[in-house]
Amino acid sequence: MNNTILQINELKTYFFTRLGVVRAVDGVSFGLRKGECLCLVGESGCGKTATALSILRLIDSPPGRILGGEINYHGEDLLRSPGARLRQIRGNRIAMIFQDPQSSLNPVFTVGDQITEPIRLHLKLGHRPAHDRALGLMEQVGIPQAKERMGYYPHQFSGGMKQRVMIAAALSCDPEILIADEPTTALDTTIKAQILDIFRDLKQDKNMSILFITHDLGTVAGIADRIIVMYGGRIAEAGSVLDIFDQPKHPYTWGLLKCLPSISERREKLSPIPGIIPSLIDPPEGCIFYPRCQQRMPVCQQKRPEEFVIAGEHVAACYLYA
Amino acid sequence: MERKLLEVENLKKYYPVMAGLLARHVADVKAVDGVSFFIAEGETLGLVGESGCGKSSLGRALLRLEEPTSGRVFYRGTDITSLHKKQLKELRREAQMIFQDPQSSLDPRMTIGDAIGEALLIHGVGSEKDRPERVAELLQRVGLEPGHATRYPHELSGGQKQRTGIARALAVSPKLIVADEPVSALDVSVQAQILNLILDLQHEFSLAYLLIAHDLAVIGQVSNRIAVMYLGQIVELAGRDDLFHRPLHPYTQALLSAVFLPDPHQQQKRIPLPGEVPSPIDPPAGCRFHTRCPRVMKVCRQETPGLKQIDNNHLVACHLYE
Repeated sequence: MNNTILQINELKTYFFTRLGVVRAVDGVSFGLRKGECLCLVGESGCGKTATALSILRLIDSPPGRILGGEINYHGEDLLRSPGARLRQIRGNRIAMIFQDPQSSLNPVFTVGDQITEPIRLHLKLGHRPAHDRALGLMEQVGIPQAKERMGYYPHQFSGGMKQRVMIAAALSCDPEILIADEPTTALDTTIKAQILDIFRDLKQDKNMSILFITHDLGTVAGIADRIIVMYGGRIAEAGSVLDIFDQPKHPYTWGLLKCLPSISERREKLSPIPGIIPSLIDPPEGCIFYPRCQQRMPVCQQKRPEEFVIAGEHVAACYLYA
Repeated sequence: MERKLLEVENLKKYYPVMAGLLARHVADVKAVDGVSFFIAEGETLGLVGESGCGKSSLGRALLRLEEPTSGRVFYRGTDITSLHKKQLKELRREAQMIFQDPQSSLDPRMTIGDAIGEALLIHGVGSEKDRPERVAELLQRVGLEPGHATRYPHELSGGQKQRTGIARALAVSPKLIVADEPVSALDVSVQAQILNLILDLQHEFSLAYLLIAHDLAVIGQVSNRIAVMYLGQIVELAGRDDLFHRPLHPYTQALLSAVFLPDPHQQQKRIPLPGEVPSPIDPPAGCRFHTRCPRVMKVCRQETPGLKQIDNNHLVACHLYE
């Protein structure tokens, strides 16, 4: 099992709406290892955020519901654990950073309060020790004048600084796993680079496992050990970072890599993927990428492809490799 | 020698800061602080910079969507900064804008056919009778179906909304389009489609663009020349290849080094930029970048460098090159 600490099996999370049942996560399985950075990559609506939220059972219910599967964490299935147990784990063993720091920080509490809250709750430290620990964390993530700024409110920070506050709060109890949902998307290029350096250090110094969700392949190339490409609520392809970038196999992955504008080479025209992202309500039988695939075959429409092995851990859900 | 379509001379846009009980004017946000450049007919000038550099304010002030504080803008040799309302309307036929957020720039209560038709109506393009045909033509030109004319914005995807914005801008057959972050809200595959569309339209209609964006790869894909902005001023302006291969200004160098290439083999050495961008209310004396510049010298703290031509259309504002 090579030190897999979190194992997700056949996760299914659906949203029951007026317009129909949205199959946001439709049978997803993968493992997260100790000390690795696993990137979940895909465009809007591919199910990556829903997958991450399902791990900590943060799905809005209704209309969402985790219908099936297992999430094994140190011998425990999180999907079957009682609420109290989840609360012990959230913020403590498994922490999450959300996409928009603007809406994830409470505007009426100081930043210091928000970082100390999980410390007092989970580590049961007293007022002073918790304060000192929070201060240390703020310094660790590179917030200048940390002592003074502990008493500041979120609105007094820039976007990049708010994101660092979120990271500090997430790290406060030394979690084993950090789930980061698009943590750098809203940030400027140079700030993004600074934040990603923090993540890299965390992996290195604390051997922290990071589940990093993003649509930006550039970021992925800079930080991932392994990559899972998601499309239509399912896994299209998975492998090491070199597997995916050097030898992409799924037509969707090809499409994603080919349509990126690049600084290093000027292309006459970009090659976009024709068509649009599919609706996840009542998807048809077969491969969900079928309508947009340039390599489609009759079998692709009949039955959903399983993940075929390319080499080692490199897999692709595509009949080209059956 | 290409004709200058648009020429900007020392443009400034300040936003007053009111404070105190009596709401007195205590300071100014110097969003755009002395910017000069030109755009030739049929060319694309990319304007890149991070949040708060003033690029969006510049775009709006150029077309007088906001009134410039001082400085002049010439369109085809005519000073447009002092035009009256009626004359300004004529300018708008020639110079149009595409906005960043397709959601908020379309009236949610108008069908997109009406929204595009409105542009034709206001500028007296064609008769009422041939309006529907012209709208259908425009929709097809941007890759939408004529049938989409009866849809409301909320029924469209992000990419479709953006195409609507482009169709509306094209409706009056402009010669210049200011595009403010036209693709940043879109997924990469849609982004590629829209960028290709922008390029195609340029060839077909000999359009000039001012393309404002923070993503260097996007800018690089469509621009002929690129201007880099920092804290309200242009720090470097050069041809696309020149800027990418021979960046002169330390800020440009840091910005380029911070870009994550979607290639795990090409992970470059990042030039770290300490701290954050200073406030535009109280920008640093001398060269505004001196507080973060890895190559700062004594003169940088005292004198503001002007934008000077180094060679062959490569301009830079930096004491290192004087």
